[in-house]
Amino acid sequence: MDVFAFYAFGAVAILASLLVIGQGNPMHSVMLLIVSFGALAGLYVLLDAPFTAVTQIIVYAGAIMVLFLFVVMLLNVPREEPAPPGVSALLGPTGTRLGALLSLLLGVEIVWALADMGIRRPESTASVSSVALIGSAIFLRHAFAFEATSVLILVAMIGAVVLARREHS
Amino acid sequence: MVTLNSYLVLSGLLFAIGTAGVFLRRNLITVLLSIEIMLNAVNLTFVAVGRFRGSVDGQVITFFVMTVAAAEAAIGLALIIALFRHRETLSPDAFTSLKW
Repeated sequence: MDVFAFYAFGAVAILASLLVIGQGNPMHSVMLLIVSFGALAGLYVLLDAPFTAVTQIIVYAGAIMVLFLFVVMLLNVPREEPAPPGVSALLGPTGTRLGALLSLLLGVEIVWALADMGIRRPESTASVSSVALIGSAIFLRHAFAFEATSVLILVAMIGAVVLARREHS
Repeated sequence: MVTLNSYLVLSGLLFAIGTAGVFLRRNLITVLLSIEIMLNAVNLTFVAVGRFRGSVDGQVITFFVMTVAAAEAAIGLALIIALFRHRETLSPDAFTSLKW
């Protein structure tokens, strides 16, 4: 059952991610990315991490993706324009193929490097699903990082307002 | 029984898909979405390794990564809106003034 769920969620995540980068309409890309995030939340549940799964749904699929949807609808650019001919060799078909080759190479390398990493250590049986344990880790051992996060979000909020402001001149 | 390797391979594949999106797409919004895919691949690695080591630190760092991703999305989208207002396009090829 576990194995079946893993392969089902993994296949959905990979297919949805491929479709996100594979088609031209940004609106469909955002919707498909939400599907991919849902599959990842399922994987987190399989990994004994219900807190992270719920955060994934609420913060990522709920908040961040709605932000993306707002911007896609605000700007209203349904299709990306093809590269103008002769601008640069990097934008032509050769450059595109080179980029695809590079990322394929990266994928092969990462998979190859990670493939035998997990075997050496026996699986721990300690439970990691307790929200209380996560809370005490965040608020005791990582308290400084948590407080720094609040400053980061404040700066990001002010920065976003300043950057997107319409200039009156 | 699903091993740690399967999760690591899955997140490696997702990361490579994200990189391919950054390389191949000519739409700033899709590039940002690809970066989100990469961040999520790394999150999956953290949670999987944390689970198999029996420690909650993987989930804690995932929490922080999500916070930073939210900040990054807000700033990135604000930049995209500002850029679109300037040039009326979302193609990264239009914004090369800083390129040497």
